[in-house]
Amino acid sequence: MDLISNLALGFSIALSPWTLMLAVIGAFVGTIIGALPGLGPSNGVAILIPLAFTMGLDATSALVLLTSVYYGAMYGGRISSILLNIPGDEPALMTTLDGYPMAKQGRAGDALVISGVASFVGAFIATIGLAIMAPMLARVAYLFGPAEYFALYLLAFCTLGGIASKNQAKAALASCIGLGIAMIGLDNTSGMPRFTYGNLHLMDGVDFLVAIVGLFAIAEVFFFIESHGKESAIGVKLEKITIPVKDIVGSTGAMLRSTVIGFFAGVLPGAGASLGSFMAYVAQKAADPDKASYGKGNPKGVAAPEAGNNAAAGGALVPMLTLGVPGSGTTAVLLALLMTLNITPGPTLFTDRPEVVWGLIASLLIANIVLLVMNVPMVKIFVKVLTVPAWVLLPGVTMVSFVGIYSLTGSYFDLVLMIAFGALGYVLRKLDIPTVPVILGILLGNHMEDSLRRAMVISDGDWTFLFSSPISIGLWIAAIAGFVAPIFLRGILKKPEIRDADELVD
Amino acid sequence: MITGDRIFGLVVILVALAYVASATQIQVSFLADPVGSKTFPYIIGTIGAICGLYMVIRPDPDPEWPDLPTLGRLGFALLALVAYAYMLKPLGFLIPTAIVAAILSYQISPRPLPAILSGLGLSAGLYVVFKFLLGLSLTGLPKVIMG
Repeated sequence: MDLISNLALGFSIALSPWTLMLAVIGAFVGTIIGALPGLGPSNGVAILIPLAFTMGLDATSALVLLTSVYYGAMYGGRISSILLNIPGDEPALMTTLDGYPMAKQGRAGDALVISGVASFVGAFIATIGLAIMAPMLARVAYLFGPAEYFALYLLAFCTLGGIASKNQAKAALASCIGLGIAMIGLDNTSGMPRFTYGNLHLMDGVDFLVAIVGLFAIAEVFFFIESHGKESAIGVKLEKITIPVKDIVGSTGAMLRSTVIGFFAGVLPGAGASLGSFMAYVAQKAADPDKASYGKGNPKGVAAPEAGNNAAAGGALVPMLTLGVPGSGTTAVLLALLMTLNITPGPTLFTDRPEVVWGLIASLLIANIVLLVMNVPMVKIFVKVLTVPAWVLLPGVTMVSFVGIYSLTGSYFDLVLMIAFGALGYVLRKLDIPTVPVILGILLGNHMEDSLRRAMVISDGDWTFLFSSPISIGLWIAAIAGFVAPIFLRGILKKPEIRDADELVD
Repeated sequence: MITGDRIFGLVVILVALAYVASATQIQVSFLADPVGSKTFPYIIGTIGAICGLYMVIRPDPDPEWPDLPTLGRLGFALLALVAYAYMLKPLGFLIPTAIVAAILSYQISPRPLPAILSGLGLSAGLYVVFKFLLGLSLTGLPKVIMG
């Protein structure tokens, strides 16, 4: 049994006291980050990467710490959804639909426990799914040549862009902005500088961490200044927490179904957790005969999106680790982490660095158990976090971002560049242009160009080579479908808006 | 009606054209491959320009833009951040952080006392965390004072 021996290797690394401690710290910090309104997993992981790097953690430790933060943030996102009707991140949006009504009926504690258990079920099963599926996909990935990789990158941009935005032109534009920025610096193939305009700082290209922290964290500060921190928490109340056994048992089916849906939504390159929680909720509502109770505080309506959301988070790691193509905004940030640590994701990762992959998977399983313990009996601690006012939180986030980037690169130029990305992120988000494709473009731009050029070297300049294998044709078709289909599906699969608190019936 | 999408679309078209124009200036090395250094930037620039054109022709409804005082606050915050970037090294961590954190705090919630307190608190608190807990090499005070 390959899987068992691999997992044994993983646990032998993950069960060292040091790694265990990192997983616990990561899970704790992650839950706090997820719970804070306006500071989602992408943000949280992004500002922590430079710090983890300057602390001199080795590859496995850094990966364990930050993926624990990632999982923790997925758990934490539900807390502000349920108590404040403010999703901490986009995937947590669906949890507000039934979670907040439950909280208004005085069942906030029940909703938190149910969603905590659902998160655990989703994430735990998805991590096992990751352990089974990733090596399989890694074997398939060996069949991928440059032409297939080019089509795969295209697929990631198309599906991510197609889902992330209401306007396909804006999604495509976001990808172009990212790809265009990636071209800055020395050309990998010819060694010639491109778009550097004689600036020495630009020779190495734009550091993707600078771009990520700017687009996510600094842009957020501008948004809070604009809104005067209106979204900060006021009057959070939580009574004694009991375990609603009946509701948990009753939602078992919902949790398991949503886990499967969420996992496969996460595996699709570019689709990610938002799609996972959305589809899980819609499917749950469609399968339940008592449709009218959804949106009014049905416990199953809390369990389904949370299980789906966390399962998708695990599923998204599959294409990220095996193909180097992230399935969501946060996994894009994790990809940035791998690249910073000089780990190249892809099929060879499983044979060359098994300790990284399996250590990661084992510590995710452990982190999940830690998270369950933290998020059910100790949830009150995290609820306290919600009372941190925005006027302390956001300046703090900014300062952490500055110190992180400064200690990583040590240059004024990068700090100013980060601020510029913050301003760009503000304008883009104002115009409803998604920022995740920009990040993906900066991360994957050079790889995408390299695979195109290597494909052309193989075929001696014959462009039809790009469509010459069944795999690449399939990927091209999927890419086009992924980009075009949301235009037609948008009418049917309309995302629900967060309703005003006043409209809800108590 | 002029909308944000139209203006931004125009900017995008101009930038994309400039991008393609400067791509033509990329020096070609003797190590030529069939695609070369220029093709991919050309493709990106072209698609970008098309997207910009689409935004000009079919703009989405305008978002709610901030009013003039808010815009002023945003601009001021931006300036404070840039100043912070340049102050961090010569003046050390503690003083610029306290000032800029207080400014940002005041911009989010305009009450002077809490803003000053959060500036001071963040500056001292983060310094302790970075310096002693995480072991980053930070200079606390200006080099002149430290001798």
